[in-house]
This record gives sequence, structure tokens and C-alpha cells, in this order.
Amino acid sequence: MRIGIPRALLYYNYYPFWKIFFESLGHEVVLSSPTNKKILKDGLESTVDDACLPVKVFHGHVIDLINTVDAVFIPRIISVESGEFICPKFLGLPDMIRNSVAGLPRIIDCELSLYRNKTGFMEHAIRVGRLLGNSTQEALRAYLLASSKYNSYKKFRVKNGRLPIDEGDKSFFEVTAPDYSKYKDGSFKFNVLVLGHPYNIYDRYVSMNLIKKLQDFGAKIITPEIIPERNISAGAKKLNKKLFWTLGKNILGSAYYYMDNCKLDGIVHVASFGCGPDSLVGELLERKVSRDYSLPFLYLNLDEHAGEEGFNTRLEAFVDILERRRCGESNVSSHG
Amino acid sequence: MKVTFPHMGNLYIPVKTFFENLGVEVIVPPPCSKKTLELGVKYSPEFACLPLKINIGNFIEALEMGADTIVMAGGIGPCRFGYYSEVQREILRDLGYKFNMIVLDPPQGHFMDLVKKLLAITNKKSFRQISLAGRLAWAKALLLDELDKMASAIRPVELNRGETDAIYKNALEQISKAESEQELLGVRREILERMAEIKKDPDKLPVKIGLVGEIYTVLEPFVNLFVERQLGELGAAVERSIYITEWVRENLLPSFLKPKEHGQVLKLAEPYIRCFVGGHGQESIAQIVKYSREGFDGVIHLLPFTCMPEIVAKSTIPSVARIHSIPVMTLVLDEHSAEAGVRTRLEAFVDLIRQKKEEKSCDRVLSGN
Repeated sequence: MRIGIPRALLYYNYYPFWKIFFESLGHEVVLSSPTNKKILKDGLESTVDDACLPVKVFHGHVIDLINTVDAVFIPRIISVESGEFICPKFLGLPDMIRNSVAGLPRIIDCELSLYRNKTGFMEHAIRVGRLLGNSTQEALRAYLLASSKYNSYKKFRVKNGRLPIDEGDKSFFEVTAPDYSKYKDGSFKFNVLVLGHPYNIYDRYVSMNLIKKLQDFGAKIITPEIIPERNISAGAKKLNKKLFWTLGKNILGSAYYYMDNCKLDGIVHVASFGCGPDSLVGELLERKVSRDYSLPFLYLNLDEHAGEEGFNTRLEAFVDILERRRCGESNVSSHG
Repeated sequence: MKVTFPHMGNLYIPVKTFFENLGVEVIVPPPCSKKTLELGVKYSPEFACLPLKINIGNFIEALEMGADTIVMAGGIGPCRFGYYSEVQREILRDLGYKFNMIVLDPPQGHFMDLVKKLLAITNKKSFRQISLAGRLAWAKALLLDELDKMASAIRPVELNRGETDAIYKNALEQISKAESEQELLGVRREILERMAEIKKDPDKLPVKIGLVGEIYTVLEPFVNLFVERQLGELGAAVERSIYITEWVRENLLPSFLKPKEHGQVLKLAEPYIRCFVGGHGQESIAQIVKYSREGFDGVIHLLPFTCMPEIVAKSTIPSVARIHSIPVMTLVLDEHSAEAGVRTRLEAFVDLIRQKKEEKSCDRVLSGN
């Protein structure tokens, strides 16, 4: 079977697992094209107009896959960590797709909830395997293989600071030998913490190549994806009340840990238009940074109309501030 | 200690009664107004949903009046409401207010947790005192819901416009003042009598409209631009999907006391939204199906701008409305919504469903069924 995986939303987190899993069950995995103008346009036209940008982009990716695959993999992701959610729209994603996109192929829709069940991921994978007509045993074997490879991939990612960014048409997972020569440790001018949902910061089209642009300015990029989980948890413990959105917790946990324990020159927070959790998480972050730390903070809100020129100007202004603070002008305000 | 809390429709009446009977001084924020909204919008994050902003306005107004303790509801997600309290505390703190915030998280299977928190607010009053205060507050809440239902039914057929609302306003005051359950019974009798005296126009045939959506926008008239009253004036009898006492029964009571119908109603949403999506997203869809089965003429769906659960609901409404052939209009509410614009849309909607209803009855006559 040709199984389509939309290159959007949690693709940046879980694609390696599902690729190995499906392939070891003998299926072919087809990715949608990297986000482009047409995908965005299709997404905007088909999605209910109040939805957030990433969900619209996801609709576009599903449409991109329609005629090339036998089934699209759209799991209903309720929770990926115990006691936490992703966001209500992830809970209703398959429903939204079914009601908004016409001419869909088969949808592989299977519930994933680790809210009260830590081993739920294995059960989820086995159920997906069975939906595809494989036996429990085959699915279990595929799960074991995929999860061991996925875990070593994650370790590699954290250890080498390897961001899940696609290169050209190639998925981040298939890029075996990234060119890091340009970015040797000594050559970095600043450490910049880039915070945001993975599908916003790593999607080169949606984020207008933010990470690459910052790297070209000489910034070492740190994101929640390359920070060890225990550090994120330690940071998140500083919150007054447990944050029940996993992605939001990663953002605040990373920030609270890094600001206290590591050398940091600036923070970029990337939110997307219409994102519910971002509106509150961003507010807490911004207030904390400006009250307790004197760090330059750049808030970027991505939407479908964002002009790249204005975006570049803001980035340049931010880097200017970093630059001037580096040259010892400590009296430069951190708030631009 | 001077306690305050955010507004949500008439909820302030039972909450005030409850705390006052426990000997706690209460400062009710002024009714939601344009000023409340302006304060809230000014100090809240731009993309936060509207209830958070109005809450901030309520809090600022109450703190200015001398309140020093805020009682706020909490939550465990995935809806943003569960984290309101954290953000609101930071905003108010940065504005320089000194206050204590008590967050009541919903009991996760432990009804006693909620009771214990209440004990702490009320200076360790006995369980008996709390339950007594609770009983009167509950009786008031029940009467308020009954009053809302009566007013909605009578408003579209009243002969002299505004008569129902005058009685309604007066009734609110009396319910608020009542000091015992005995007195409340008298108040209820009087309200029933006065409502029955309202002159009705026999020529008016009301259409029936259901009101579904996010709880705060459904319950707070200021935020929904008095949609219930407006629809009443346009000749529509409105039934809400959420009444506060039903909500409490479904969400706060220990499971063996929960009403059974709730789960059955939710099943109606399954073909469209298969699982809980936070807030009232799934309920909204279930209620639309229910209203269609009960022969309602139309449904109005309310949500604050960027409300996550209701956006999921909204995406499935076109299919629900088509399959169950019931007209549904969604109103997205934010700080820019204006009464006149909404009025025009409501008029068009009521005209449309009235026309549809008349066509249906004509069909029946012509086909001789």
C-alpha cells in the first residue's frame, strides 16, 4: 500500500518512526511536497476560515497527496505525554479533514492517547498495523524495530544539535551527512534560543527560512528539539501550574531552563496566527523574560499574508541588537 | 478578605449568596460594560480569546473597588480556559495590583478536593455551614435558569415590547436579595404570577431557535450582544444548550449523581466529531442534531474568535446542517463585534427560517398529507 504522510504538523516529530514502521510492514511511504505556494493556497481555500495557519497548511498537504497515494495517515493525537494534550484541533483533526476536503482516499485514523497510559504508543502502533491488514505479531515486530531506531535517532539529534530541517525535497531524516563545517562551534557569534511549535520553525516556507537566515548571521540555534528532555522538565517545574499542552510545555521548559543555566544572547518566539496555546504561552514567556532577565526577545507571528521584506527587516534589527550587546554596549535596551 | 470573581451571565447572584452566607465579604465587579471590555483588551494578549479579556476587565474593576482576593475557576485542558488564571495573575501582577488568587480546579474524580479548597477560602467553616450556604445558592441558580427559560418563551409573543424584560430585571433583584429558601419560594410565586400577566399577541407565531456553542459566550449576554433578547424581539423563542445548573450537574458532581442523558446526547455527535475536543465542541454538534430532531427551526452557534474546540465544531457544521436539514448560523464574537451588525444578520436569519417554515407548511397543504 502507498501510504501518504503530510509534511506538516507532527511530521517534524514522528516521521522517522512511522517511515521505518510502515516500510518494515512492506508498505511504501510517500511524503507530500515541501510546503509551497500551491499547498498553502489549497489549504486556505479548504479549511474553515478561523483555523490556525498550521492546520490550514496541513489541509493543503493532504490535498497534495490525494491522487498519489492509497491512504493518508492522519492519526487522532489526543496526548503524547501523560497528563498533557497537544491542542483541541489535533483531537479533531481527522474530523476536520473529512468535513473539509473532497475526494479523499482512505484515511488511516487511529487514536493516540498517552494521557493515562504510558505504553499507549505501542498499542497505537499495533492498531495502525492491524488497520493496514498486518497481523499483531508483524506490527509488534515493526514497532520494536521502529522505536529502537527512532530512539537512537532522537539521541543523535540531541547530541549533535541536529535540527529536523528538510533539505531540498529530502526529508530531514534522510539527510545523512549534513554540512556542519560552516557552523563550527568557535564561529558562532551568538547563542539564540528559537522557540515555537516544530511545524512552524522547521517548515522553511512558513517560517520564511528563519533558521537558515539566523545561522547566516552567525547565530547558533538552540531549539526544544535538541535540548534533553530532563532539562525541559526541570525548566517546566518552575511553572506555577502544570502546563497541559506538550508543545507549550517544551517552549516554556526550554526557556526557563536555558535562561537560568546556559549562556544565551537572545530569544526568538515564533507563533502562528490563530494559535490558541501560543497566545497564552507567548504572553507568559514575554512577561517572564522582560521582568526577570535582560535578554533581547523577538516575537514573530506567522500568517498567510506575511511579507518577507518586513520579516527580514525585523530579523536584521534583532541581530543588530545582539551585535551591539556583544560589542560591550551593555546599555543597549533589550527590547529593541 | 474581600473576595471577587469574574462575571458569567447571572452566575454572580448564587456565587455572591454562597460566599456571603459563609461570612465572606464579596465585591461583585460592575456588570460587564464597554469599559470592562476596553480595560481587558488593553492589558490582555492580542490573540487570547475574548473571555480572558473580559475577565481581566472584571478583575481590574473589582480590584479598584477594593477587592483583595480573586476566586477563579481552573481546568486541565486542552481548552485555554484551564490556564487563564496563570496568565491573568501575571498580567495583574505586572500592573501593580496586590491580591491573592484562589484557583478552583475541577475535581478530577475527587469531589472532596473542591470542598477542601472552599473550606480554605471560608476560614474553615464547618461542612454543615458550607452545605447550607450551598443549598440556598443552588436554589437561586435553579430559579435563575427557570426565569431565563420563561423569559425566552414569552418575549417573542409579548404584546408590549419590553414588558418581559422589565419583569426579568426586577426578578433578578428580588432573587439576589432573598435571604432564605422560604423567601425564595415567595419570590418564585410572584415571578410566575407576573409573567403570566404579560399580555400576549395571539397573531405572533414564534419560530424556535436553539443556541449552542462555547459556554461563556452562550451565558454572558454582554459578550453575545444580548442575542437571546434580540432573537426574542425578532419573534424567536430561544432555548439554550447550556444552563448553569445543568452544567454544574454534568461537570462538578461526583459521577453517580451525574445525569444520564448527557452521555446519550453526546453520542449524537459521533458521526461528525468522534471524541472529546475540549470545551463544548462536541456538545455543540450533538445539540444541533438534537435540536433538529426536536423540530427546531434553526440554530445559532456562538464562539469567541480563535476558540479552539468550537473551530473544530465549526468545520463540521456544514455537513451536520446539510444532513439534518437545519439552518445553522455561526457568530464569531470578539472585541470588534457590534450589536447593529449582528442584528442585521439575525434578522436575515430569522426571516430565512420563517420563510422555510412557511414553505414547509404550504407543501403539506398542497400535497394533502
